[in-house]
Amino acid sequence: MDETALLLSRIQFAFTIGFHYLFPPLTIGLGLLMVIMEGLFLWTKEHQYEAMAKFWTKIFALIFAMGVASGIVMEFQFGTNWSYYSRFVGDVFGSALAAEGIFAFFLESGFLAILVFGWDKVRPPMHFFSTLMVSLGSIFSAVWIIIANSWQQTPAGHHLVTSASGFTRAEIVDFWQLVFNPSTIERLTHTLVGAFIAGAFLVLSVSAFYLLRNRHQDFARRSIAIALPFAAVFSLLALLTGHSNGVMIAKHQPGKLAAFEGHFTTQEGGTPLYLVGVPNVAERRVDYGLAIPGALSFLVHGDWTTPVTALDDPAIVPGGLPAGEAIEDYWPPIHLSFQSYHIMVGLGMFFIALTLFSLLQWWRGKLFEQRWLLWIFVFGIAGPLIANQLGWIAAEVGRQPWIVWGLLKTRDGISPTVSAIDVGISIGLFGLIYLLLLAVWLFVLDSKIRHGPEDPADLEREFKARRGWILAAAAVRTDPSQSSYTDAHGPKPGDPR
Amino acid sequence: MDLHLFWFVTLGVLLVGYAILDGFDLGVGILHLGAKSDTERRIFMNSIGPLWDGNEVWLVTFGGALFAAFPHVYATAFSGFYLAFMLLLFALIFRAVSMEFRSKREGVLWRRSFDVAFCAASTLATLLFGVAVGNTIKGMPIGADMEYAGTFLDLLGPYPLVVGIFAVAMFAMHGSIYLYLKTTGDLQERIHGWMWHTFGFFLVMYIFTTIFTLVEVPQATRNFRDYPWAWLVVFLNVLAIANIPRAIYLRKPGYAFLSSCCSIAAFVFLFGIALYPYLLVSSLDVAPGMTFNPVFSLDIYNSASSEKTLQIMAIIAFLGMPFVLTYTAIIYWTFRGKVELGKFSY
Repeated sequence: MDETALLLSRIQFAFTIGFHYLFPPLTIGLGLLMVIMEGLFLWTKEHQYEAMAKFWTKIFALIFAMGVASGIVMEFQFGTNWSYYSRFVGDVFGSALAAEGIFAFFLESGFLAILVFGWDKVRPPMHFFSTLMVSLGSIFSAVWIIIANSWQQTPAGHHLVTSASGFTRAEIVDFWQLVFNPSTIERLTHTLVGAFIAGAFLVLSVSAFYLLRNRHQDFARRSIAIALPFAAVFSLLALLTGHSNGVMIAKHQPGKLAAFEGHFTTQEGGTPLYLVGVPNVAERRVDYGLAIPGALSFLVHGDWTTPVTALDDPAIVPGGLPAGEAIEDYWPPIHLSFQSYHIMVGLGMFFIALTLFSLLQWWRGKLFEQRWLLWIFVFGIAGPLIANQLGWIAAEVGRQPWIVWGLLKTRDGISPTVSAIDVGISIGLFGLIYLLLLAVWLFVLDSKIRHGPEDPADLEREFKARRGWILAAAAVRTDPSQSSYTDAHGPKPGDPR
Repeated sequence: MDLHLFWFVTLGVLLVGYAILDGFDLGVGILHLGAKSDTERRIFMNSIGPLWDGNEVWLVTFGGALFAAFPHVYATAFSGFYLAFMLLLFALIFRAVSMEFRSKREGVLWRRSFDVAFCAASTLATLLFGVAVGNTIKGMPIGADMEYAGTFLDLLGPYPLVVGIFAVAMFAMHGSIYLYLKTTGDLQERIHGWMWHTFGFFLVMYIFTTIFTLVEVPQATRNFRDYPWAWLVVFLNVLAIANIPRAIYLRKPGYAFLSSCCSIAAFVFLFGIALYPYLLVSSLDVAPGMTFNPVFSLDIYNSASSEKTLQIMAIIAFLGMPFVLTYTAIIYWTFRGKVELGKFSY
């Protein structure tokens, strides 16, 4: 076992997936908001909504491109860096990945073409349908990825089979048990909610910026009118889904929850919940902690006195602690788990407070005058991006030392033929390329945002002109004497508008 | 047909879909720097603008299906080709973002940099695909433990490199025919000349690669003895290739494009015939009188997932493919006709 190669492969995976995971939550969230905006356009025929849909489509395309470019790395990285893992899980995990390709990617990338390039090519209802399909595709994609990942967290529907050559792997027994494994629903809902919050905060951030700069006032106000209630609803749902996640983790991965909470020693009576603190692994306690007595028991068990399983309980090792091994070897990195989990929860609380307070201000008619609040929104987009990253870190780091919970350890999943030098070279290149891309992307994104949306009055003129052309083309079909119109690609100069 | 063979064939179908579809947009990338003005380059990029992303999904799905159906092949090939695959990933990343970023700003240096990146990445990706195919046909040092026992440089032998250049020639030709279909006027007239040049390059590489394969890689043709009907594909392939210059001369680019699609499909079929029933051929510890080691090689049985998984995946494929084909058809129909630059173009 090459320890350096292992460490570097872990760093590479964390880095590449962390980079990738900046983008999909934004496209998932933004996609749904675009469906709402374009739906409002079709319903009300107000061209301000068309301007909104078009503007956010451009931003969406930019984010989507980065998601695609960095996402293709993910699929192949299992094979390149984690070949033993691939052999072990391929029978189970691969089908979810293949299903993502067939059911989600084709849908998403196909209709993206019409979404981005098709405004002039198809009629508005077809365009709206494309937007809907892209949004649906991005959600399907999350569904299959979360199914695959949740199987790694709480494996189900498989059995272990050893081949004649002595190789053991997980093989599927029940597909629906794999799909609806014990953690799928909780993790999927929480992840999607996190993505919706990210999309809404992006819209809020840009709109607040326009208000502060005194530009595109109507556009910005209407965008906020859609995104703010959306953000508030999903922030509250994040609390709900987060809670059901906690209960699920306590049941299926008690060691992971104990690491999140810095809960080292099982004790009689209620278990406290630390709001903040610094876990002290050597002394097995939480320093500088601010705790609510019994609250963790209440969250997990629904009463204030039943103890919660701690890190010293052999029950945290799936299948039981093997004789002669120390329980500490089965602990995930405690600091990282504790802090990423706590900061994520803190950010979630902040989203709720911020959105509810803003709704109140809006109701009082004062939201658009509170410049300090608008400034919070401008920078607020960092919040959900960080929270999503931390949520993923907590979920994946909390799973360690397992790559597949209770079945395969991370250190055993590595590619035996790949050397530390190979991985070192690839990490160096990834670091360089991603940094460059991020800089270029931010630059382009910034210039798009500065450019701003189109004027709805222009859109209305174009729309009428195009409708005139469609009517003219229809007239030609019924009246051959007007055949000179058939060559026209647009309205003729003298056409009635 | 058993499920193992079904998945071997299905992977072939996905590969045909990928090679034909992404083939022309990679080809457009290879030819990109031949465009003279900024408008011409925008026309090039927008000819594939709405389509390339969907085309690449064929590769992603191929990768997912390989992972699920033949996990050992997926694991061996990707960890064995480590640095080559990293290079491929970087090329695909650069291609994607070059298209997205290029026309977003006016600066000459800005656009020039992304033009070069787009062309270089398209060429490199195509070359690497060809090199991968060449290595797979030729056989690689794979041990009894199913692991690759060579180095990065071992992958760059003369035969794989020749197949790589052949792939570049083929996609360049395929791309030039596609561009002819999508352009008008003087630009189209110039591309007419390119079609001849790329066809000539392709023809030379085709003949050379065929001879090289017959001489150097005897195991690639062993299946022709057991399955003589495969000669029919060779024959049809020659006809399809011969039809390309005829169609170019007669100015029937649609037929030329159809012919190049058919010949790409035929090449993928020949690739499959060269391998069957193996997916990765081992060149380690070859017994006297043999040209490869069948024991260490990964075939469609010893590298596959369980029957149950192959079955589930077949259901997924049967459910999904009609949808995929339907919306692929919708998209291609929506964006039919010549490229027009508008305000939603790149």
